[in-house]
Amino acid sequence: MSMPTDSSSGAGRAPSMKQRIEDKLRAGLAPQRLEVADDSHKHEGHSGWQPGGETHFRVEVVSQAFEGENRVARQRRVYALLSEEMAERIHALQIRTLTPDEDAG
Amino acid sequence: MDNPVFERIKQDVSDNDVVVYMKGTPVFPQCGFSAVVVQVLTHLGVKYKGINVLEDPGLREGIKDYSNWPTIPQLYVKGEFVGGCDIVREMFQSGELAEMMSSRGIEVESAA
Repeated sequence: MSMPTDSSSGAGRAPSMKQRIEDKLRAGLAPQRLEVADDSHKHEGHSGWQPGGETHFRVEVVSQAFEGENRVARQRRVYALLSEEMAERIHALQIRTLTPDEDAG
Repeated sequence: MDNPVFERIKQDVSDNDVVVYMKGTPVFPQCGFSAVVVQVLTHLGVKYKGINVLEDPGLREGIKDYSNWPTIPQLYVKGEFVGGCDIVREMFQSGELAEMMSSRGIEVESAA
């Protein structure tokens, strides 16, 4: 078991991509629960991977904002919040979106 | 709707009941996420058309604008955008995908 290298917000450093994703999603969705995982190390050498990683992420987000929306609308919301990050570096974003009720069920 | 690629997309998704825009081909997917969608459709036993966006940069970008969806793969059923890899996988696991296909008159061999 090797720990994924996570360089989140050390003093004076630019925030990691993971940190940026978390910040944007917190600001945009006020999530009850949010998990962001950097899976880039699992894709080393695959298409879209770049040296330094920060290319493949997995997001699970629970938010009241998704109530009454279908899966496509929910994921569009997530993509829209992260459009800068997608354009900059993210190659793949796995997304799971739930309402608080669905999360409890 | 001024992008010339849109006409082609419209044609493809209306001529074929089930269409996947993907990286690589159904036989040789070149991306793990595209491979998942191929596996699901193969498992369901539905007939589908795979379109390789890597062969056409205009299509690769155009399909994202057409669907307002920033990633590949993308699944279309009866002309309607269904979702990307995560949505296809979730809908397959819950049985919704098979149900949706059958309800639209598409033959499904095995439900889950």
